[in-house]
Amino acid sequence: MHAIEVEGVTAGYPQVRALEDVSFAIDDGDLLGIIGPNGAGKSTLFDILLGLNTDYEGTVRFFGRDIRGSRDHLRRTGYVPQDPGFESNFPATVRDVVSMGLRGKDRGRVDEMLKRLWIHELGLRRIGELSVGQQQRVMMAKALVGEPRILVLDEPAAGADVQSSELFYSILRGLNGDGITIVWSSHDLDAVSRLSNRVACLNRTLFFHGEADSFFSDESLVRQYSEATMQAHMREHADA
Amino acid sequence: MLEILEYGFMQRALLAGSATAALCAVMGLFMVLRRYSLFGDAVAHTSFGGIAVGMVAGIYPFWTAYAVSVASAILITRMREKFQISGDAAVAVLLSSGIAIGLTLISVSGWPPATVLAFLFGSILLVAPEEAALSVGLSAALLLCVVAIYKPLLYTTFNERQARAAGIRAGAINYAAVVMAGITVVTSVQLVGVLLVSALFVIPNVTAMMYGYGFARTAALSSSIAVSVTISGILLSYVLDIAPAGTIVLLSIGFLAATLGLRSLKVIPRRAGGAHQLPLLQRIARRR
Repeated sequence: MHAIEVEGVTAGYPQVRALEDVSFAIDDGDLLGIIGPNGAGKSTLFDILLGLNTDYEGTVRFFGRDIRGSRDHLRRTGYVPQDPGFESNFPATVRDVVSMGLRGKDRGRVDEMLKRLWIHELGLRRIGELSVGQQQRVMMAKALVGEPRILVLDEPAAGADVQSSELFYSILRGLNGDGITIVWSSHDLDAVSRLSNRVACLNRTLFFHGEADSFFSDESLVRQYSEATMQAHMREHADA
Repeated sequence: MLEILEYGFMQRALLAGSATAALCAVMGLFMVLRRYSLFGDAVAHTSFGGIAVGMVAGIYPFWTAYAVSVASAILITRMREKFQISGDAAVAVLLSSGIAIGLTLISVSGWPPATVLAFLFGSILLVAPEEAALSVGLSAALLLCVVAIYKPLLYTTFNERQARAAGIRAGAINYAAVVMAGITVVTSVQLVGVLLVSALFVIPNVTAMMYGYGFARTAALSSSIAVSVTISGILLSYVLDIAPAGTIVLLSIGFLAATLGLRSLKVIPRRAGGAHQLPLLQRIARRR
């Protein structure tokens, strides 16, 4: 049984599709990197996986069960957003934020996550006072404290410095080593090639899906991806 | 001085005022963080319309005020969701509608101006025993509701999208929050009146948030500020023979000004960057 199966998923308005007939599947314990230019449909796909968008055609299954209209799969799914998205003066400590992801009142579990993510000394600090990299680790701890089987991360290291990004990636690798299935998106091809065992290249349709080594060892595929990214970037600038 | 505490009206005012102030501070913290700072103002103004409906229809005015305020709180949320009207625009529409309905109905009701002024500016010293009991009972019940849904309420306030992705029924929590806030507003109209409710909703929270604490401690500090200014405002207004509602709000503004002063003297730092930069009170607590 696959951990995640996406079958013929189409979403968006008929004139402007965000996703067009996207199908792929990953196994339990896979680390899938999703790459694609801005506007490629990555966020739409994540919204569907997270139950935030139910207006799509096709089927998405988590461990064999259709997720449409269900919230059950979210109990076993952790989400780390690109932007933590809170008011900068929000009066919540790191511990407050991590506890939000907890089902029940297991304080020991919160301590464990703070230690694992190297933020145990920041527990009483307000979330808004931390650096981007530290905030992302807090978001990661919040996602992990509920003991998910699947972790979904939307450009988790965007805006963080190199040192923080590398620390984040090593944590990601360790979590995958512990058996957590990970789906993440990034514009950093180098990081995707180093971390992921599978790659999905998205540009509204699925441009490629398979072993990461097959993608990154094929120069023509990487070149096509780079050209598509460049064109999307230029379109974005022209629109602006 | 102490003999004034023996008066029944004073005991009722202090009891109802403290309970309502604590509730206002807690609900207000959630609303301020949801960028609904003027929510209290809008619902209080619509409650004035509800009070007028009750006065004209011969029903206890606060019952109709509760009904109209809860309905308008839900309407604000629906308008934001369905018609993509911004929160401040929805608040402005309801605010002016409520006061317009109230003024029109009261002009034909023939009620004396003193009664209308009591609703506009509060009449905490005139609270009847059953009204005090209702205020205390509702405040306790709503605070228990907040405790019961604390985690999803906090999560949706922090970030609604993340809360939904975590499987929380954010829509239901949002409606629960505005209904509870609507009831809170009408309960506090007795204390400070229609025109000053939002001060009790916002000022203690803006003050408490400057101390750099986590959520529960900020809520506790905000409630403590609200209760202490309410008690001292009621007592001071009686002694000086001045309006209690205005005194309560002025004292809370005084608290805010003092906090801003402490902050400018760096007793409370702008950003606590580490243990050495923690607020003075926290540093002292740590040494102990």
